[in-house]
Amino acid sequence: MTETAIFKDGDADRHFRAKWFANRALIYGVLILWAVICLFPIYWTITTSFKMAPNVMKGNMIPWVDYDPAWLGWRSLGLSPDTIGAESTVRDEFMKRFLNSTVTALVSSTLAVILGSLAAYGLSRFSYKFGWMKNDDISFFFLSQLILPPVVLALPFLVLYKEMALLDTRIGLILLYTLTVLPIVIWIMRDQFAGIPTELEEAAMVDGLGVWGAFFTIILPIALPGMVAAFILSLVLTWNEYFFAALLTSTHANTLPVMVASQTGSQGISWWSMAALSTAAILPLIVIGVVLERFIIKGMAAGAVK
Amino acid sequence: MSVMSGADHLHIVTSDDISSSRIRLGKALIWGSAALLAAVGLAQTAQVMGWRDFGFQTWRPTLYAYCLWATALCWAQVIIRGEQGKRTLFVLPAALFVVSLTVFPLLFGLVIAFSSWNLSSPDGRQFNGMANLVQMWNDPFYWNAMGNMIWYVLAILVEYTIAFGLALLLNAQIRARKFFRVAFLLPLMLSPVAVSWMVGKSMLEARFGPLARLARWLGWDNPSFFGSPEMAKFTIMVMDAWTFIPFMMIMLLAGLQAIPKELTEASRVDGAKGWRSFWEVTFPLMLPVSITAILIRIIFKLKLADIVINVTSGGPGGATDTVTSFIFREYRDRSNVGYGTMLAMVYLVLIVIFMTVLMKVAARYARPRT
Repeated sequence: MTETAIFKDGDADRHFRAKWFANRALIYGVLILWAVICLFPIYWTITTSFKMAPNVMKGNMIPWVDYDPAWLGWRSLGLSPDTIGAESTVRDEFMKRFLNSTVTALVSSTLAVILGSLAAYGLSRFSYKFGWMKNDDISFFFLSQLILPPVVLALPFLVLYKEMALLDTRIGLILLYTLTVLPIVIWIMRDQFAGIPTELEEAAMVDGLGVWGAFFTIILPIALPGMVAAFILSLVLTWNEYFFAALLTSTHANTLPVMVASQTGSQGISWWSMAALSTAAILPLIVIGVVLERFIIKGMAAGAVK
Repeated sequence: MSVMSGADHLHIVTSDDISSSRIRLGKALIWGSAALLAAVGLAQTAQVMGWRDFGFQTWRPTLYAYCLWATALCWAQVIIRGEQGKRTLFVLPAALFVVSLTVFPLLFGLVIAFSSWNLSSPDGRQFNGMANLVQMWNDPFYWNAMGNMIWYVLAILVEYTIAFGLALLLNAQIRARKFFRVAFLLPLMLSPVAVSWMVGKSMLEARFGPLARLARWLGWDNPSFFGSPEMAKFTIMVMDAWTFIPFMMIMLLAGLQAIPKELTEASRVDGAKGWRSFWEVTFPLMLPVSITAILIRIIFKLKLADIVINVTSGGPGGATDTVTSFIFREYRDRSNVGYGTMLAMVYLVLIVIFMTVLMKVAARYARPRT
C-alpha cells in the first residue's frame, strides 16, 4: 500500500505517474464509499426526524432542496421549539427514559472500572492463591465471563430479581451491566498495568507509602488514559444494551433502547417521531465517538497487540 | 513477623505485628456476619416452606445480609492478615461480585432448567425431570436457530476480510486520516435497536426506503430484503457486519501499526511488492492479532439478538433466528422459565466446548512460524 510513496522523484516516467494516480484514486474511492456507507444511515436518521409523512413516502433526502424541514418528529417528543416551554407528558416520559439510560450506563461503567482496575492491578502485581486458583486461573475466570451469553443469565435473574423485588429497578440493571462489562475492563486494564514498570511503586514504598497509597498516588495517574478508554467502551456497551433491559424492566426503569423498540402505534409507525427518538438515542454516543475517538481506539487496541 | 513476598512481581518487605486479639476480632467479624446471613436465610426458607411466618415480603433481607457478609469478609482480610490482606483486597471485591452474580444464578439456573415454571401461574415451580430435555430434542426451531448460528459465525470470515482491507487503507499514506477513522468507527457506537429500526425497517422499507430505491435503480424490480429466507438471513448478516466491522478494523489497525517499519522496508528491498509483500510479510505478522480479533468477534456474534428481535423477530419461518432471540420469544410467548433456561444452558455448554476447541486450534496456529 505504501510503496507508491517512495517513487516521488522527478525521473519517474509518465506511465508510472498514471499508475500512481490510478492507485490513489482507487484508495480514496474506496475510502469515500465506505465513509458514505457508515455515515448515510446516521444522516438518514437525523434528516427523517425533520420530515413529514409525504416527505417520508416520497423518499426525499436533502432538506431545503427537496423538502422543507418541519419539527413534526420533535414535536411528538415535546422537544420542538414551540413545545419545549409547555407541559408535555411525552417529554416527561422521554426524559425519564433518558435519565434511566444515563444513570444505569454511568453508574455501571464507573463500578466496573473501579472493580476491574483494582482486580487487574492486583493480578498484575501480586501472586494470589484463592483455594486452588492461582493468578492465571483467576485471570481466566474473570475473562471467561465474556463468553457467557446473556440468555443464560437472563431467566435465572428474572426469577431471582422477582423474589428480591429488584425487577424493574435501576439497581438491578446496574448490577447486571457491571457484570457484563467487567471482563472487558479487566482485559484492558491488565494490559495497561503490565506496561507500567514496578520500580515506580517500589520507589514510592521506600518513601513510606503503603500498597494502596502507592496505587492511588503513583499508578492511578499514569493508568488514567487506559481507565478512560475502558470507561468509554463500557459506556457504549451499557448505553446500547437492550436484551436485559427488555426482559427485566417494564415501567419504571425502562431505558431508551426499550422505548425505541416499543414505538409501534396503532396506525403503523410514525417514522418522523421514531427518527427523532432514535436520534436522541444515538446522538450522545456519536458526540462521544467524535470527541473521544482517540480513547476508544486505544481501548480496543489494548488487548490486540502484545 | 516479616514476610518477603518471593514470587510477586513487586518486591517489598513487609513487617506486620498482628496481635492475637486482632485476629480473633477479624474471625469474629467473618463468622458473625456469616451466622447472621445463615439465620436470615434459614428464617426466609422456613417462611417459604410454610413452617413459620416471619412476615418477610421479599428475599431482600437475605440480600442485605449477604452484602454485609461480603463487606465483613473483605474488611476482615486486612484485620487478620495485615499487609497480605491489603493485597487480597485488590482482587477480592471483583471476585466476590462476579461469583455472586454468575456462579449462584448459574447453579440456580440448573435447578430451574429441570422444572416447569410458568411465572404468571400460581402453581409455582414443578420439577419435571428430563421432560425439558426431551422437548428440546424434538424442537425443530431450536436446532434451526442453532444451524443459523453456524451461518452467522461463518459470515465473520467475510467481515474479517473487509475489516482487514479497511485497516490496510487507513494505514496507508492518506490525507484526512482522522476523519476517515472517526467515520468508520461511528457504526459501532450506535444502539443496535436504533439501527434495526432506522436501517432495518426504514431504509430497507420496500416502497420508500432509500436502499430499496437504490436496488430498483440498479435493476432489481421488486426489492424485498426480508422476503425469502436466504435474503433475510443475508440482510441480518449485513446489518450486523455493518455495526461490528469497525471493531475488527480497529484491532487490525493497531496490529498493523505495531509492525516495525524495518520489516516492511527490508522486504521491499528484497523485491517483494504488492500482493507478495502482503502475503509473505504482513499477513503472517498479523496472524496473532487476526486470531484474537476473530475470536472476540465470534464471542460477540454468539450473543447476537437485538437486531433479530427488532427487525424480523426470527422470521420468515425462523430463517433469521438466533438462539438468543429464539429463547427470548419462547419466554415472551409462553412465559415458561424452565424450558427457556434449559435451552440456554445447553447453548452455554455447546459454546464452551466450541470455544475451547477453537482456542486450542488457534493457539496452535498463532505460534509464530520459525
